[in-house]
Amino acid sequence: MSIQFKQETFRDDFTFSNSPEQIQRFPFPFDKDSFMYSVNLEPHADGRKDSAYEASFDVDEHYVSEMHDRALVLDEDPLRCQSLPHMTLAGWDVLELIMTEKSRDYPDLFTLERKGNQCHWINRPLEIDQHFTFGDETTLPHGPMEYITRQAQGDFCLLDQRNDNLWMDAGIVTTQADWSLDFDIGMNFFEWHAPVPLAHEMGIFQRALKFLLNIQQGRPARRLNWTLTINPRLDTSPENYHKWGIDKATVAPENVGDKVHLRVELQTFWRLPRSNALLFPIRCYLIKMSELVTVPKWGRRTHRVLRDIPPELADYKGFASYRDTLVAWLSQYDDGEKTSPGVWPE
Amino acid sequence: MSAGTGKLDVLVTDIKPINTLVKRFQFERADGRPLPNFSGGAHVVVEMKDDDRMRLNPYSLMSSPLDTSHYAISVRRDDQGRGGSLFMHNQVAVGDRLVISYPVNLFALDLRASKHLMLAGGIGITPFMAQMAQLAANGSNFELHYSCRSRSLASYAQEISAHYDHRIHLYYDDEGQQIDISTLLSGQALGTQVYVCGPRGMIDAVCSQATAAGWPDQAIHFEEFITPPTGKPFKVRLARSDKTITVGEHQSLLEAIEAAGIDAPYLCRGGACGQCETDVLSCDGSMLHNDHWLTEDQHASEKKIMPCVSRFEGELLELDR
Ligand code: FES
Repeated sequence: MSIQFKQETFRDDFTFSNSPEQIQRFPFPFDKDSFMYSVNLEPHADGRKDSAYEASFDVDEHYVSEMHDRALVLDEDPLRCQSLPHMTLAGWDVLELIMTEKSRDYPDLFTLERKGNQCHWINRPLEIDQHFTFGDETTLPHGPMEYITRQAQGDFCLLDQRNDNLWMDAGIVTTQADWSLDFDIGMNFFEWHAPVPLAHEMGIFQRALKFLLNIQQGRPARRLNWTLTINPRLDTSPENYHKWGIDKATVAPENVGDKVHLRVELQTFWRLPRSNALLFPIRCYLIKMSELVTVPKWGRRTHRVLRDIPPELADYKGFASYRDTLVAWLSQYDDGEKTSPGVWPE
Repeated sequence: MSAGTGKLDVLVTDIKPINTLVKRFQFERADGRPLPNFSGGAHVVVEMKDDDRMRLNPYSLMSSPLDTSHYAISVRRDDQGRGGSLFMHNQVAVGDRLVISYPVNLFALDLRASKHLMLAGGIGITPFMAQMAQLAANGSNFELHYSCRSRSLASYAQEISAHYDHRIHLYYDDEGQQIDISTLLSGQALGTQVYVCGPRGMIDAVCSQATAAGWPDQAIHFEEFITPPTGKPFKVRLARSDKTITVGEHQSLLEAIEAAGIDAPYLCRGGACGQCETDVLSCDGSMLHNDHWLTEDQHASEKKIMPCVSRFEGELLELDR
């Protein structure tokens, strides 16, 4: 199926929207009518057809515009992409993995030809045609990680594995939900998770780390995370809080359906073979509440989940101030009918 | 299978005796494609079907990570052991098909190092062969000290000396030569990482002397796969599966669990990775812990066991499996 790439913005006039087909493939995060924080890790394999899980690295109708937005962010703030010196080999791992997977999953969009270390990469949607030598940084316009992640949706963290811990030693982060690569760079797993409430007591971080340390080549894993965002803004970084922090105050009963977006992160985890590092892509999907409720099951369930969520979690996720307005609006899409188990539309 | 790894079908394409004890085996992918990339220090688990028994033994990859047309491992014959090495030496022939796991690295290089200082004893040379190939290719700084029983048993000593020249230092026991660990450690610049692979005594000596000399734990790396020791047969009750099994003299507890048709987790099968950790529900007798994973306190508590290498003596052991 060929993808119609949209021209749209994630800032200023916010022209972003989802087509009806894109709504159907949205990675809806709630598998029941209530929400409990959990690690919810599962194998990233056997993706359901026409879902966001079908390909290793999902490409959708927002691809071209998202890549344009990333370039804008990097122009303004080059520190959104960093790599400590020992992470170059891991960067080549990332480039090789993404090029290999994308050209296999989307042969009509991407082609990789390779003879030994001589490579030829074609990215049709972004009109890129690049010859380069694998392992030789001077043959690419950017370092290997930056080069390929300027052509892949989502943020990417590159975690070095040492001393039974993971270290955030490289990454490109332009679509983050309120955290900063520049702040977290060089931190270990516990340090960069430090602000999460509740969960720490449950010891789930220890278990999650153990799971991640044992992820093996060819056996990637995934989990979902979610929050809410006002306006389809990809770049809700702490660095730019002065630009988006005030957005919350603009939510009112007459605009809540279009202003409030469910923001889902599809997080995946990949063992990288040459460096033994772990790649941690965080792919952000946005959907307006008014788009979400076009799927009746999702409208009902989202109403119930947000209505019943504990106040401290609403606070942590940053929507306590407009929760009542949102829940009141969503209630008109909840007729009290039963919802089927699982995340799929029906 | 519960190993967190995928499987690879390979053909044995070459077998070379290196000396009276060691043979080198070369594998290529059965479908002719290149094998997966790996990092120096990685191992694979080789599946050996010996009549009705299934053995799975880990071996370090020693071939260059830069050449994935084949993998190579070295197997040292152990006449007293449980038979895995004898199976490889006596039953495996060129042209045979084998199943191996994807590479797993529990002995990875710290790529931040300004220098990699490597100490190998005997067959412990193998992971360093792959690591040196990786480091040499990008011009990294390394130095290897390799101690062997004698010149005739010094596997690959000539080959690596020819290749890496003054970076290789050889020591022969029968000529009275020994690595002077403390002098070696004291002369190192800041940013050096030390790696040791060999017999347990050597690993202990390097780790304790490095710690005593003020090296931080993060700069000390070691790998020792313990071969599951043999011992008296014993009975185990598997509560969750509602089965009682007997572990044979030459069988590991993990192998006995698998033989009963139960899918149990593992990765290294050598007491190093932690994957097989199992809760003990009751223990009427004494556990014989052999792993590197659990702490001494955990060993003493009798609440956990690593079935890949540890055993039991007594009336009955009950596990949450
Ligand atoms: S399988 Fe690795 S410790 Fe038992």
